[in-house]
Amino acid sequence: MNCVSFVRTGRGLLAVTAGALLGAGLSGCSSSVLDPHGPIGRQEKLILIDSTAIMLAIVIPVIIATLVFAWWFRAGNSKATRYLDWDYSGRIEFVVWAIPALVILFLGGIAWLSSHDLDPPKAIASPVAPLDIDVVSLDWKWLFIYPDASVASVNRLVLPVGTPLRFHMTSAGVMNSFFIPQLGSQIYAMAGMDTKLNLLVDDPGLYHGLSAQFSGDGFSDMTFEVAAMTRQDFEQWLDATRTGGDTLDAAAYETLTHPSAKVAQHTYGTVTGGIFEAILMHPGAAPTAAQIEHSESAD
Amino acid sequence: MSGGASAAVVDAHGKPIPLSERGPASAWSMISFGFWLFLLSDIVIFGSLFATYAVLSNATAGGPSGADIFDLKNVFIETCCLLASSFTCGLMLIAAERRQVQRFYTWAVVTWVLGAAFIGLEVTEFSDLVGRGFGPTHSAFLSAFFTLVGTHGCHVSSGLLWLLVMMAQVATLGLRTTVVRRLFCFSLFWHALDLVWIGVFTIVYLGSVHAT
Amino acid sequence: MLGKLTWAAIPFNQPIPLVTSIVIVLGVLAILALVTIKGWWPYLWQEWFSSTDHKRIGVMYVVLGLVMLFRGFADAIMMRAQLALAQGGAPGFLPPEHYDQIFSAHGTIMIFFVAMPFVIGLMNFVVPLQLGVRDVAFPVLNSVSFWLTASGALLVNLSLFIGEFARTGWLAYPPLSELAYSPGVGVDYYLWSLQISGLGTLLAGINFTTTILKMRAPGMSYMRMPIFCWTALASNLLIVAAFPILTATFALLLLDRYCGFHFFTPELGGNAMMYINLIWCWGHPEVYILILPCFGVFSEVISTFSSKPLFGYHSMVVATMAICVLSFIVWLHHFFTMGAGADVNGFFGIATMIIAVPTGVKVFNWLFTIWGGSVRFTVPIYWSLGFMVTFVLGGLTGVLLAVPPADFVLHNSLFLIAHFHNVIIGGVVFGFMAGYSYWFPKAFGFTLDETLGKAVFWCWFVGFYLAFMPLYALGIMGATRRMQHYADPSWQPYMIAAFAGAALIFTGILLTVVQLAWSIRTRERRRDLTGDPWNGRTLEWGTASPPPSWNYAVEPHVHGIDAFWDVKTKNRELHKVAESRYEAEHKPHYETIHMPKPSGTGFITAFCAVFLGFGLIWHIWWLVLVAIIGCIGMLLRQAWDTDRDMYISAEQLEEFERLHPSLGTQR
Repeated sequence: MNCVSFVRTGRGLLAVTAGALLGAGLSGCSSSVLDPHGPIGRQEKLILIDSTAIMLAIVIPVIIATLVFAWWFRAGNSKATRYLDWDYSGRIEFVVWAIPALVILFLGGIAWLSSHDLDPPKAIASPVAPLDIDVVSLDWKWLFIYPDASVASVNRLVLPVGTPLRFHMTSAGVMNSFFIPQLGSQIYAMAGMDTKLNLLVDDPGLYHGLSAQFSGDGFSDMTFEVAAMTRQDFEQWLDATRTGGDTLDAAAYETLTHPSAKVAQHTYGTVTGGIFEAILMHPGAAPTAAQIEHSESAD
Repeated sequence: MSGGASAAVVDAHGKPIPLSERGPASAWSMISFGFWLFLLSDIVIFGSLFATYAVLSNATAGGPSGADIFDLKNVFIETCCLLASSFTCGLMLIAAERRQVQRFYTWAVVTWVLGAAFIGLEVTEFSDLVGRGFGPTHSAFLSAFFTLVGTHGCHVSSGLLWLLVMMAQVATLGLRTTVVRRLFCFSLFWHALDLVWIGVFTIVYLGSVHAT
Repeated sequence: MLGKLTWAAIPFNQPIPLVTSIVIVLGVLAILALVTIKGWWPYLWQEWFSSTDHKRIGVMYVVLGLVMLFRGFADAIMMRAQLALAQGGAPGFLPPEHYDQIFSAHGTIMIFFVAMPFVIGLMNFVVPLQLGVRDVAFPVLNSVSFWLTASGALLVNLSLFIGEFARTGWLAYPPLSELAYSPGVGVDYYLWSLQISGLGTLLAGINFTTTILKMRAPGMSYMRMPIFCWTALASNLLIVAAFPILTATFALLLLDRYCGFHFFTPELGGNAMMYINLIWCWGHPEVYILILPCFGVFSEVISTFSSKPLFGYHSMVVATMAICVLSFIVWLHHFFTMGAGADVNGFFGIATMIIAVPTGVKVFNWLFTIWGGSVRFTVPIYWSLGFMVTFVLGGLTGVLLAVPPADFVLHNSLFLIAHFHNVIIGGVVFGFMAGYSYWFPKAFGFTLDETLGKAVFWCWFVGFYLAFMPLYALGIMGATRRMQHYADPSWQPYMIAAFAGAALIFTGILLTVVQLAWSIRTRERRRDLTGDPWNGRTLEWGTASPPPSWNYAVEPHVHGIDAFWDVKTKNRELHKVAESRYEAEHKPHYETIHMPKPSGTGFITAFCAVFLGFGLIWHIWWLVLVAIIGCIGMLLRQAWDTDRDMYISAEQLEEFERLHPSLGTQR
C-alpha cells in the first residue's frame, strides 16, 4: 500500500496547493479518502481536488484582496485616494454577480454529471461477474452475508479484487452508514430499507471500514476489517468458511441483535436462505424461523 | 405605543405619500398582520402533518387503509357543521362590529354549538375506531391519520375555549375596541381552520376513496 | 406521585456531573443570596425581569447566550480532551454513555441557547432603534419570547443534575431517539426544552416581522431601511416559516415516545427518513436564520468604520432575500448518502451551490465598501476582516460538500464538523462579537476596552484555525464524527492540536469576561457622551447612550438610506446658518407619549412552562395539569388587563433632552 503523490498526478501548482491544504501530513494514511484503492474512490478524489482547486482560484484572491484593501485604505495611510461617496458601479455589480455565477455553473455541471456517474446503485462496468453481498448493521457490529455462497461473517469483510461488488444494506434497528474510506462512497443502512451500493477494490490488502452514522453507545467500536484478496484466495476463504460449524439461522441472528460492542470477528459456515429478505420485511425485530422460510419461498 | 395617529397621507406639497413611508401603522393593522403571520405558521405545522400523512398513507402494516375505516357520511355531517359555524362566525363578527351585543351572543352561541357538534362527531369517530382496534398505535398510517385530523380537532377545541373566553370578555368588558379586535382574530382563526378542514376532507377522506 | 422521578436520577455515581452540579448549585445559591442581601430583587424585577423594553430584553438574551456559552464550551473542551487522550486502547476519561450526552448537549446548547439568543438579542436591541420607533410591535409578547427561551435553557441545564440528556446527537434522529433505543428521559429533556424555547422563538419571529414591515419611522420606505433591518427581516421570515416544522416534527416524535405512535419506528410502517427530511427542512433555514443578521452586522460595521456607504445596497437587499428564499430548497444536502438517487441528489447539490452566488456577491460588496474608504482598525473591524477571510474558506468546503460524490466520502466525517464550525464560528460568532463590540456603547454608555477586545479576537481567530484545520485533515484521513475513541495513532497529534486550539478559544472567552469587568471598572475613561462614538450612519447613533426607554421623544423623519448620516451632513450645512434662527425654526415639539407598562406575564408564564416541561419529562401528571392551569391563568389575566400603558409627559421628555444634548434627529 503506498500513498499517491500529488505531484505525480501531473496537476498544476493549484492542485498541489489544494492537495496540500486538504491532506497535509498523510504519512501512514491507513484510511484516507485521498488514498483510494478502487475506481469509485479514485473518481471521488479527483472531484475533491479539482473542485477545491477551482474554488481556491477565487477564494485566495478574495482573502488577499480583503487584507490588502483594508490595509491600504486604513485611515492613517495618506497615500491612499479616498472615494467616500462611491457606493455603486453597474459594471462592478455585473462582474460581482457573474463570477460566482460562472463558478457555480461549472461546479453545478460537475455535481449533476458526477451524481449520475457515481450514483451508488449504478453498476460498475466490468467483464467480471458481480458479487452480491448483503450487509446488516446491528448494535454494534456488522454482519456480512454472501448469499450465493451461503456464508456470513461478522466484523470482517472479505472481498475479491477486480470484481464489481453489489452491496445491499439494511439495519436491524437504528441507522448506520456503511463506509470504507479507501474504496469510496458510503451509504446509509436503515431498517426496512434496502440501500444499494456498488464498489470495486483494485489492490489486495487490508482496509478500514466503519459506520459513519452515530448509532449509540457502542458506535466507536463499529469498525470492521476489510480484507481484499485475489480471486483464488477468496474462493479458498469461502471454502474454508463453509466448513466452519456455525449456522446463521433465526436463533443465531436473534442472538446477534442483542446489544454488544467490541464483537470479535467470526464467521458462519451456513446461512439460512431468505434471512436477509426476512430481516428487510420485518424491521425492528429479529425474524422468526417461519418468517425466514416464508421469505425464502417467496423469492 | 403611538403610531398611526401622526400618519400623514399627503405631504406638504399635496403629493401622496406611499404607504411604506407613512410611519408606524395603526394598532389594528399591526395586530391583524401579526395574527395572520401566526396563522401562516400554524398552516406550516399542518403542512408538515399533511406531508407526513402523504408519505405514510400507505404504511398500513397489514392493517386497514383509509378506505376500510372511513365513514364518509359522518364526515359530511361534520363538514356541514364546521362550514356553517364559519358562516355564523361571520355573522357574529358583523354584530360585534356594529356593537349589537344580543345579536353577538346569539351568533356566538350558535357558532359554538356547531363547533361542538363537529368535535362531538369527531370524538365519536375516533373512539369508534379505537374500539374496533384501529387506534393510532397500530400502524404508521393510523398514527398519521389520527395526528393530522386530531391536531385539527385540537385547534377547533381550543377555538371553542377561546370563544367562551371571548363571550366572557364581552360580558365583562363590553364590545370595546380591544375586544372587537380579538373577535376579529378569532374569526380569522376559525375560518383558517375551515380551510384546513377542506384540505383534510379532500386529501384524507376523499383521497382514500380515490386510492382504492 | 413523582412519576418516574426517583433518587436514582441524581448522578451520585458519576463524579463529573456530580461535582459540576454541586458547584453550579452552590454558585447559583450564592448569587441568589447576594442579590437578596443587597436588596436587588425589586430593581431586578421592575427594571429587567418584567421589562417590556426591547433594549432590556435584548441585553437579557445576550446575557443568557454568554452564560450558556460557558456550558456549551465546557462540553467542547471535554470532547477535545477526550479525543486527545483516547487513542488505541486508552479509554479517556469519559465513558461512551457520558460522552454521547456531552456532544448532544454541546450542539443543542450552542445552536439553540447560544447562537439564537445572541442573534435575537442583537436584533431586539437594534432593530427598533434603527427603524426610528419606540418598541417592537408586541412588547409583552417579546418578554414572553425571552422567558420561554430561558425556560428551555433551564430545562437543558436541569438534565445535568436530575436525570440525563439525550445521547442521540443534536438532532435526535430516530430510530435511535425512539423509546426502544432511548428509554431514558434524555430525549424527553431535549424535546420538551426545545418545544418550549421554539415557541418563544416563533413568537419573536412574528413580532419582528410585524415590526419591520409595519412600524418604521415616517419616510423610511423599504429601500431606506438599514441593511441590518433587511437581514433581520429575512431571518424572521425564515423563523415564521421554518420553526413550525420543528414544532410539528418534535410533536410527532413525542407522540411516538409517549403514546406509542409509529411515525418513525422501524416496525409497523414508521419511516425514519421522514423525520430526517422534516428536521432538515427546518434545519437548513435555521442556519440562515443565524447567519443573515450577522451578515447585516458586518454590512453596518464595515460601512461605518470605512466611513463609506455600503457598496451596492440594492444588490445586498436582493442577495439577502434570495438567500432567504433559496434556503428552503437545499435541505437534502444534509443527507445525500441516504440514497435518494442521482436526479434528486443532483438537483439539491446544484440548488445548494446557487445559494453560494448571493453570498459571494455580499463578500464582493463588502470588499468594495472597503475600497476607497478610510478604514479605522477598531475591534469590530478586526472581527469583520477575520470573518471575511474565514467564512470564504468555510464556504469553499461547503460548496465542495455540495457535490454529492464528494459528500459520499466526507459525510459525517470530521471534515463536515470542521466545515460547519468554520461557517458558524467565522460567521455567527464573529458576527455576534462584532455587533457586541459595536453596539455595546449604545446599550451601556461607554465603549469596551480596545486592547482587551483585540486580544479576545486573536484568541478566537488563531484558536479557531488551530482547533479546526486539523479536523479538516482528520476528515480526509477517514475519521468520522461522534467517536469516543479511535485506533489510528497518526490521528492523535491532530487531536492534540485541536485541543490546544480549543484551549486558546477558551482563553478568548475568559478574556471576554475580563474585558467586560475591566471595561466596567474603568468606564469613566471611555464614556460616550455624544451617543455617536463611531461616527455612525444609522438612526440609533442619534440617540443618547443608553437611550431612554422611549428611544425617540419625537418620531424622526427619514429622507434616505443612512438616515443619521443624512442628518449630520445636513446639520453641518445648516450650522452655517445663525444658530439662534436655526434653534427657533427647529425647536422640537414634545407631546405626551404612551409606552407599554412592564409586565410579569412573560416571567410567570415561563415559570409555569418550566414546571410543565419538567412534569412532562418525568411523567408527573398532576404537575403538568397545575402548570397548564398556570399558563392559561396568565393568558386570561393578560386578556383582562386593561391597564397596560404608561405615559411619559412632555416635561419628562424635555428634561431628558436637556440633560443629554446629543445630536438627535429631532433637530
